[in-house]
Amino acid sequence: MNPLALMLAATPDRLIVLNPVDLAIIAIYFVAVLMIGFYLKERASTGEDFFLAGREMTAWIAGLAFLSANLGSLELMGWAAASYQYGILATHWYWIGAIPAMLFLGVVMMPFYYISKTHSVPGYLQLRFGEGARGLSAVTFAFMTVLMSGINMYSMALVMKVVLGWDINFSIWVSSITVAIYVALGGLRSAIFNEVLQFVLIWLGAALIPILGLIEAGGWTNLQARIATNWAGQNFTSLWSTLGTFEGNPMGIHWTGIVLGLGWVISFGYWTTDFLVVQRVLAAKDLRAAKMAPIIGAWFKMLVPFIVILPGLLGLGLLDMKLTGEAEAIATGGHSYNEVLPLMMARYLGPGLLGLGITALIAGFMSGMAGNVSAFATVWTYDIYRAFMKKDASDSHYVSMGRWCTIVGVLISIGTAYLVMQFLSIMDYVQALFSFFIAPLFGTVLLGMLWKRATPAGGFWGLLAGTVSSIGMWAWVKADPTALSIIALSPNAKDMAENMYRALWSWIVCVVVTVVVSYMTKPKPIEELQGLVYGATEIPSEHGVPLMSKPAFWAWVVGAVFVVLNVIFW
Amino acid sequence: MTGENGQISIWYFIGCLLTIYGVLITGSGIYELFSPPAHPVVLAEFHAAVWWGLLMLAGGLAYIHFFRPSKGNK
Repeated sequence: MNPLALMLAATPDRLIVLNPVDLAIIAIYFVAVLMIGFYLKERASTGEDFFLAGREMTAWIAGLAFLSANLGSLELMGWAAASYQYGILATHWYWIGAIPAMLFLGVVMMPFYYISKTHSVPGYLQLRFGEGARGLSAVTFAFMTVLMSGINMYSMALVMKVVLGWDINFSIWVSSITVAIYVALGGLRSAIFNEVLQFVLIWLGAALIPILGLIEAGGWTNLQARIATNWAGQNFTSLWSTLGTFEGNPMGIHWTGIVLGLGWVISFGYWTTDFLVVQRVLAAKDLRAAKMAPIIGAWFKMLVPFIVILPGLLGLGLLDMKLTGEAEAIATGGHSYNEVLPLMMARYLGPGLLGLGITALIAGFMSGMAGNVSAFATVWTYDIYRAFMKKDASDSHYVSMGRWCTIVGVLISIGTAYLVMQFLSIMDYVQALFSFFIAPLFGTVLLGMLWKRATPAGGFWGLLAGTVSSIGMWAWVKADPTALSIIALSPNAKDMAENMYRALWSWIVCVVVTVVVSYMTKPKPIEELQGLVYGATEIPSEHGVPLMSKPAFWAWVVGAVFVVLNVIFW
Repeated sequence: MTGENGQISIWYFIGCLLTIYGVLITGSGIYELFSPPAHPVVLAEFHAAVWWGLLMLAGGLAYIHFFRPSKGNK
C-alpha cells in the first residue's frame, strides 16, 4: 500500500489545529498570489512575455525561482521524513546531488542554452539534433510533467487532510485553481514572481523549527550526543564515513552510488536538463545573469538542509516517541516518519507561527505546481503544437494556446490526482518513470553541447536507447528481483540505490549509442553548429569584468563552501 | 521584475506581505504574553512569535521603503 495512504489510515485525527490568526495568514497568502497574477496580466501579451517572462529577470530573481520551482512542499515533508529515517545521509540530495550540477549548468552549459536563444530544452535538441530528438523529449516531458503535477497535488491534499483535517477535494480544487489563474493570467512572469514570494515564505515559515530545536537540544554537538544515546549502535550524523559498504548505513547504498549515480547522472540530469527548472534561468535578462542564476540557486540550495534535514534529525534527538514506518504506525497507533515535520511544527509553533508554517507548505506546493504547468504550457505550445500541428500561426495565437494549455494542464493534473486516488499503485511507479527520461536526456544534451561530432541520428538513437534501456532494467528487476544484484551491484541495495545505478547504466547506454551512431553517420557542417556547441560558439569574453562580478569566481566560492561542509559533516 | 519597465518591484510586494504577517504574528505573540494558552508549545518562554513577528515587520517595512514605486521603482 502506498505510504501516503497508509499515513492517512494511521492518523485518526488531525495533528494540528489552526486558530483564526493562522487561517487569516493562509487566506492573505492566497489573495496575494492572485493579486500578483491579475497585476501581471497586461504584461503577458506576447509569446516572449508569456513563455519566457520577457527575458528580463535579474540573476537573483531567476536564481531564486530556479530553486523555488524545485522546493515543493512534498520536498519539505518528504526529506524531513527521510532524514528521520536515514539520518544526515539525506543531505546528499541537497549537496552532492545538486550543487556540482547547478554550478556546471551556470558555468558550462548556460552559455549554449542562452546564446542559442532556445525557448526550451526540447527546443535546444531541435536546433542541435533535429525534430526527432525534440519530439521524443517534448512528448515524454509533457506527459511526465502533468502526471507528476497531479501526483504531487494528491499527495499534498492528503497531507493537508492528515495534518489539518482538511477535505481532500477542497485542497485539490482551491490550490490548483489558484495556480491555474495566476499562471494563465501572467504566464511565466507571474509564476516566477510568485515563486520568489513563495521562496521567502518557505524560509520564514520553516526556519524557526531548526532554530528553536537547536536551542532546545543545546547546540549541534549535544544533538549528536542525544541521537547517539537514543539510537545506540546506529550512526545518523555522518555524511560519508558509513558509505564504505552497502550494509553499513540505513540507506543500503555504497558511496559509488551516491557519487556516480546521484552526484553525476541523476543530479546533472535533473538540474541541467529538466525544463521545469531550466526555464527559470532562460528568462534571465542577459548571459551573465543566466550564468549567475544557478550559482545563486546553488548557494541557497546548500542551506536548505537547515530547514529540511535538521528537523528530521531534531526528531531523532528530541521526540519522546519513536516514529516508525507506516505499516507499523497503523498497527501500533503511533506516528510515522512522514509526520516528523508537522510534529516538530506542533512542538514549537504557536498561533500565528503555525499559520506561517502551513503557508510555507502550501507555498511550496504551489510553486512546484506552477513550475510544472508553466513548463508544460511552453513545451506543448512550442515543441509539440507549433512544431507538429500548426507551424505558421500568429504570436497571439500561440499565447492564447499557452493560456488554455495552462488551464488544461491543471485540469489534467486534477484528473491525475483523482486517478491516483483510485489506483494508488500508480505512485509507486511514477517516481521510477520520471527517472527513465532524465538520465539519458542528460547524456544527449551534454554530448550535444560539448562534442561537435555528435550527429542528429546519434542524438536521437542515443536518447531512445538510453530511455528504453532504463525501462528495460526497471522491468527486469520487477520481473526477477534477483536482477537487483546485477543492476545495483548488490542484493542488499534498496530502492534508492537501484534508481542511482539504473540511471548510471542508462546514461552510459545513451552516451555509447550516441557516439557509435555518430561515427557511423554524417555530422552537421560546422556553420550549423554555431551558438550550439563548444568549439563552434563564440562565448562573450569576461576579460575586464571585475572579479566580484564574474560567475566563475562565485562558482568557485560556492564550490569551496560545498567541500568544506562535506568535510565538516564527514 | 526589479522595477524596470514601469513595473512595481517584486520586493515591494514581498515587503507588503511581510509587514501584514509581521503585524499579525507579533500581535498574536503579544496576546499570548498576557493570555498564556492552556497547552503552551515547547520553549514558549522564548516568545518566538513576538521576535519573529517583529523581525518580519522590520524586514517588510525596509523592503517597502527601499522598493516603493515612488522611488523610481515604478
